[in-house]
Amino acid sequence: MRLKLEARREPSRLMLYVTPALAVLLTVVAGIVIFTLMGYDGLGAIYQIFLTPLVDPYRWQDLFVKAAPLIIIALGLAIGFRANVWNIGAEGQYIVGALAGTGVALATWGMEGYWILPAIVLAGILGGLAWAAIPAFLKTRFNVNEILTSLMLTYVAIQLLFYLMRGPWRDPEGFGFPQTRLFTEWQTLPIVVPGTLIHLGVPMAVLIAVVVWVILSRTITGFQVRIVGLAPQAARHAGFSARSTIWLALLTSGGLAGLAGIFEAVGPFQQMTPQFPQNYGFTAIIVAFLGRLHPLGIVLAGMVLAISYVGGENAQTAIGLPYAATGMFQAMMLFFLLAVDVLVRYRLRLVVPAGARATHERPASGQPAGAKAPEPESASA
Amino acid sequence: MAKQGQPPRLALEGITKRFPGVLANDDVSFSVAPGEIHALLGENGAGKSTLVKIIYGVQHADEGRIFWDGEEVEVANPKVARRLGIGMVFQHFSLFEAMTVLENIALGIDEKYSWRELQQRVTEILKTYHLPLDPRREVHTLSVGERQRIEIVRALLQKPKLLIMDEPTSVLTPQEVERLFETLRQLASEGCSILYISHKLHEIKALCETATILRGGRVVATCDPREESARSMAEMMIGGSLRDVSRKRTADFGPDRLKVIRLSAPREGPFGVPLKEISLNVRAGEIVGIAGVAGNGQNELLAALAGEMDGAEHGAIFLNGKACIAANVGERRRDGMCSVPEERNGHGSVPGISLSDNTVLTARYRMGLTGQGFIRYSAAEDYARNVIDTFGVKATGPKATAGSLSGGNLQKFIMGREILQKPDILVVSQPTWGVDAGAAAAIHQALVDLAAAGSAILVISQDLDELLALCDRLAVINGGRLSEMMEVEGISIERVGLLMGGMHGEDDASAALDQEEHSHAA
Repeated sequence: MRLKLEARREPSRLMLYVTPALAVLLTVVAGIVIFTLMGYDGLGAIYQIFLTPLVDPYRWQDLFVKAAPLIIIALGLAIGFRANVWNIGAEGQYIVGALAGTGVALATWGMEGYWILPAIVLAGILGGLAWAAIPAFLKTRFNVNEILTSLMLTYVAIQLLFYLMRGPWRDPEGFGFPQTRLFTEWQTLPIVVPGTLIHLGVPMAVLIAVVVWVILSRTITGFQVRIVGLAPQAARHAGFSARSTIWLALLTSGGLAGLAGIFEAVGPFQQMTPQFPQNYGFTAIIVAFLGRLHPLGIVLAGMVLAISYVGGENAQTAIGLPYAATGMFQAMMLFFLLAVDVLVRYRLRLVVPAGARATHERPASGQPAGAKAPEPESASA
Repeated sequence: MAKQGQPPRLALEGITKRFPGVLANDDVSFSVAPGEIHALLGENGAGKSTLVKIIYGVQHADEGRIFWDGEEVEVANPKVARRLGIGMVFQHFSLFEAMTVLENIALGIDEKYSWRELQQRVTEILKTYHLPLDPRREVHTLSVGERQRIEIVRALLQKPKLLIMDEPTSVLTPQEVERLFETLRQLASEGCSILYISHKLHEIKALCETATILRGGRVVATCDPREESARSMAEMMIGGSLRDVSRKRTADFGPDRLKVIRLSAPREGPFGVPLKEISLNVRAGEIVGIAGVAGNGQNELLAALAGEMDGAEHGAIFLNGKACIAANVGERRRDGMCSVPEERNGHGSVPGISLSDNTVLTARYRMGLTGQGFIRYSAAEDYARNVIDTFGVKATGPKATAGSLSGGNLQKFIMGREILQKPDILVVSQPTWGVDAGAAAAIHQALVDLAAAGSAILVISQDLDELLALCDRLAVINGGRLSEMMEVEGISIERVGLLMGGMHGEDDASAALDQEEHSHAA
């Protein structure tokens, strides 16, 4: 007896929803095994990472605060991924967005007025947008692979951050620490739930999710993105320009990453520091896929990944798990998701060896594993 | 069924093959005698391809037995099949464009030959069977007929006792078909059996001694095609009476609806063909055909006319007298031109989305399927239902994915989606490619009706019979150039065939072959 993958006639909708949960489950199991083998308390580690953030109401606010940027970035990435535009550099757009907003914040430092915060946020969006425009230009003009350019620009963004922190933007009263001034109350995001850390960015993330949902499911623009991703030639036939789709996808994901960045800067950080990059831009890739590129799925997946961030911190203090454990968990989640994805198009089947069956009982299982997936005859015509 | 007491070369007994939800072959039995040219006839989806895949060891029957020269065999894989002496020439060639003929042959065979030996064997085969082919040419410079000869040589190198030809003539010019038949007859006279798969009845009449007709996976008839009419075989094949396409030819055409002047366009993809100064016109009520062998600029022509080239085309295109060379896809549709590309899956439609969503692709401009940037899903669904009903598309409804439809039904849906938009100009490529006879007749009738209603129709097709039946005038595209326009009435098939063969001169190949021999002798 052995297991065999058999093509489904149609992709399974059930599996589409079940596989993300299955990926999380497999991650948990693999995590227990790995940490036990490494000499830690495996079960304890999992408890710290996945359950403590949920059972401790005091940590819930942390979850929301961590989830918000992940969700906002992932929503933008999902638009691109649906169109087969692979923006891997959201982290860079996130940083540059935050830097652009910080620039406005430093320029308006000491001023008062309700216009200041919107101006900062707008600058944040534009910063992310501009950073994503570079790969978009290179892709549409010279057909340069956007995966490489957007990723490499992330490292440029990090160096830019370091430079600004050590030089031009260093807090003049900061004893030489490489960080900016603290932003003023006119420059920071209001708290929406008094007595917590939950800032305006959290409800904004949900609002953006709803807007993106409507765009993707109801509008011709969302349809365009979907078609360009599914069948580029059909998109061309339908009058959807690949070029404009690339621009749209990269500018939207860049703008949203920039927005997430500036929210983080004027929210939890309230200043700019070299510690600002938290890999949210990369983690958001996992969020987007775990959420099946669907806005509602992304909100849920954002919460799951937020748990791993908060829980990872817990596990560091509680049982001395290394910081890298968080990243490992997130990576495992992505790998397991990619692996179990096969179940959407294939089903697992237990095969009884050919000799052991009567010919007329289980005829469909006589095909060896090496045989091609069945195709209707018309496919070869 | 064996002749003179000899066991049949190949005999199938009760072959049954199931796929999830489909019974591809149902208790199929027939036999092929040594040296017999045996036709396997059936519509798309009748189970022909599955059956030959089973014979060639690509797939395995769930039930049934295979006999080879009287002995039961198990064909585990194609290698085993080749060792038995079964050769196969697939409909789609597996060739490397950037390599030479000889290199391609060397890659596709089981035996190890030294380069010199192989060259010698190949030259020998080319000579024996009078196959004009230059072993040193790179594949991308070859015509489709020449490419097919590579596959045939590959198969002949193994000295087959049974050669399976899967739809071999679908892309050949009439002259190439004739040449192929001569080769096959010669092979048969040497005792090699040939299993010839096709749905082209007059070819089967001309070539084969026996025909096994499949329908819905079952053998429905065995006959001698030489004693049957094409019509009687077609009716056995589709299991009903054949509907004739009624076309009243008239010389009464309206004004030019489509006028193209010196249209040039770059090639699409590394092995495409650029268009060179194509001029043509199609009048209201007229059907004009573009014949030609695949890969001579047909895809480029459709893309350039439909506006899919993103402005890379040059020249002039007039739709109802309005210049539209600068217009994009949507504007050309609004101005009255609809199109159907050759490839159904992924170009004409998106397999993974519903039929309803597939109408939004091309019908949204003319049928009001969008408003204020939003998709009007209910309007799209109504339109999809209308197409399904009007064209008798077999589908579970507008929500069915395009990929769940059979080729013929999807093609009917796509044609219907464009025709119901009442375009002034319809450009279609390969309207009945891989479509069963029933669906093909329905599509042809729809085109004829559309023309009768005053639309201008341009049909690009490799199927010359189709063009001769449908069109008022036709021209041949070769190497990206269009021949002069010819009235279909009284047209010389031979001349059309020569135009289709075009620059791929058979003579250089023969000359090269002679030269090759010369150098060996030296």
